Amino acid sequence: MQSAFIRAFQSLSRFRAESRISTWLHRIVVNEALMKLRSRANAQEPSIDDLLPTFAEDGHQTRDTVDWSENAEAALERKETAEIIRRNIDMLPDSYRTVLVMRDLEEMSNPEIADALGISVNLVKVRLHRARQALRTLLEREFGDQP
Amino acid sequence: MNCRDVIGFLMDYIDGVLASAERTEFEKHISVCHSCVAYIRTYQQTIKMEIASRIEDVTIPEELVRAIMTSRKL
Repeated sequence: MQSAFIRAFQSLSRFRAESRISTWLHRIVVNEALMKLRSRANAQEPSIDDLLPTFAEDGHQTRDTVDWSENAEAALERKETAEIIRRNIDMLPDSYRTVLVMRDLEEMSNPEIADALGISVNLVKVRLHRARQALRTLLEREFGDQP
Repeated sequence: MNCRDVIGFLMDYIDGVLASAERTEFEKHISVCHSCVAYIRTYQQTIKMEIASRIEDVTIPEELVRAIMTSRKL
């Protein structure tokens, strides 16, 4: 983020007044993040397998899922909840977090994400589903035990 | 269809792109599986929580933009 802002300041002279500065800055931050992501592409990422559901041989869940959605909904009333959610999103490995943020927060389409990251639409869908499932488990740990 | 299939097809189901025959099987399973219903609800709640945590666009005061642009020209 810091390096993106430095890059933005260095190229400020190229900013054209016809676009909003926030849009222009946003583009630079996204580009910087993508460059970093590509440079890390070969690095080993931690596995998220522990955060995904497990199944018995007959395909049924090995552990019953408890519905904590009402607890979580109530927690949205509290100020600190947004920060807790962001902290858990940050725990996801880069390749998963990027797709999740681009789709669910930036509201980009699957083909747009595929194009930006240089991967197939199918891989975007696989990563998005796995990322949401992993985040679901992380949020279950935060909101699952509350009365 | 079992729990593994349902969770595998879940994103397509939510997006409304699951083929009719598969959707019927999907709904048949969740009509009898409380655990999958809970999984689907918490999966959807997760997306809702993500969106709720979003930091909205910060509006940059035009005055500040002008001041920065002016300082660059000095």
